Amino acid sequence: PPTPNLPRSAARPGHSSGEMMMMGHGHEAKENPRTQTTQPIVTGASVLAITYADGVMMISDTLASYGSMARYKSVQRIGKVNDGAIVGASGEFSDFQYIKDLLEDLTDEDFDTADGRELSPKEIHSYLSRVMYNRRTKVNPLYNQLVVGGFDTSKGESYLGCVDMYGSTFKDDIVATGYGMYLALPLLRKGHDKKMNEEAARKLLEKCMTVLFYRDCRTINKYNIAKVTGSGVEISKPYSLKTEWGFKRFVDPHSSE
Amino acid sequence: MSATGSGYDLSVTTFSPDGRVFQVEYASKAIEKSGTAIGIRCSDGVVLGVEKAIISRMLLTSSNRRIHTVGIYNGIACSGFAADARQIVNRGREEAANYKSYYANVIPGNVLANRLAGFVHLYTLYWYYRPFGCSVLVGSYSPEGTPELHQIDPSGVSHSYYAAVVGKNKEAAKSELEKIDFRTYKCRDAVKEIARIIYKLHDESKDKDFTLEMTWACDETKSKHQLVPQDLLEEAVKNAKDLKAKEEQDSDDDDDDDDDAPPAKK
Repeated sequence: PPTPNLPRSAARPGHSSGEMMMMGHGHEAKENPRTQTTQPIVTGASVLAITYADGVMMISDTLASYGSMARYKSVQRIGKVNDGAIVGASGEFSDFQYIKDLLEDLTDEDFDTADGRELSPKEIHSYLSRVMYNRRTKVNPLYNQLVVGGFDTSKGESYLGCVDMYGSTFKDDIVATGYGMYLALPLLRKGHDKKMNEEAARKLLEKCMTVLFYRDCRTINKYNIAKVTGSGVEISKPYSLKTEWGFKRFVDPHSSE
Repeated sequence: MSATGSGYDLSVTTFSPDGRVFQVEYASKAIEKSGTAIGIRCSDGVVLGVEKAIISRMLLTSSNRRIHTVGIYNGIACSGFAADARQIVNRGREEAANYKSYYANVIPGNVLANRLAGFVHLYTLYWYYRPFGCSVLVGSYSPEGTPELHQIDPSGVSHSYYAAVVGKNKEAAKSELEKIDFRTYKCRDAVKEIARIIYKLHDESKDKDFTLEMTWACDETKSKHQLVPQDLLEEAVKNAKDLKAKEEQDSDDDDDDDDDAPPAKK
């Protein structure tokens, strides 16, 4: 078996160390193709989600970065699985597209079987965690942090959980990925209430995304917000939020005021 | 009827001197006594209906499906061995999923029919397989296409039809269907017509009691293949029963009239 290649720097995706793009000094890639990839190339930033009175709300921005370049600015990182669940992803975008295909196959099978049942959010969460863990075991991970949000109509309950690239799963009323884990989670925990209404939930998520836009360099001010309730799934069209750049400390970080 | 195989009918890999493969022909026999399946291709979609004999009063009516959804926008109705048909349905689902994974598009009806026909044909080529004992109607309505209806029989041929029947009473059903103008026919009318034909041809004295299963894929369902709504089905069945009762009433009246007719001239 070929020896595994060491991971390259993620700062310059597409450039392996030393080799020029077009003029390769060897045919290493052809003779020893990389069969396991452990670095993401096109990536999405944070996804945030919370439970609220009617169900679950999830928000993400619409950027897929190519390293430090803001490459694809109108990308949807939250996808509908069925009428009871949505999945959002940060990390490698192509892996998310692959995961969406897997979930679409499952949903198609459900429709064909026509037995009045579709996969519950818990089942989708479990399925994804198996897929992620299996890939991690082969040291060929799907480089994502996934958020599974849904409303189980048979139980009348919200469901919110996350799976990461190692296969670790968590189920909670507040979930955040990427930089959101560090910047948004504290704000969400402070402002969250399971019984909050739609307006309050939306405001809280939008406030956190604004903070992330200020502080995370790999974000843009364009978002999709999605909700899952007893009446189904709704994913918004892209929209922007108001930003404030006149803060004293933004203008002069050393200001004493 | 047909000549006995006399030795040339023992294996599906044997031709008879007059160029027939008897095993494949015998497979068709399995279907001739089975519940009728009718499909109609309309201008706005495709409708499939199957006459299902009631095997037990204790049967849960929602089980024992004879029409299956394949790849969301296609339906497969079967007549003959239901278990054999299930294999064809499963293969159809694989083909649909496989096509989607390659071409990101829903499998067109004629492509699905060709794939399934090839699959069925396979089982007529090897002595260790037996041919499928069922005929299958494939109704398709992909969102960017037109409605299609295909019939696949045990020999592995597939043809495209405006209306197709397999199973018992198929000749009588075909003559009923020939009267329709398919270019303008609508699915809602097809539902009523299929119910009417099945009820008309069902012989109470000879055939078992049955339930009618009907599905469609039309503009109303956004091309998705699913069971016809319960209220429409009930309306179609009631209409079919009324028409049948009226026909029987009329033929009874005609018989009475014959009794009163003057005796033939001597």
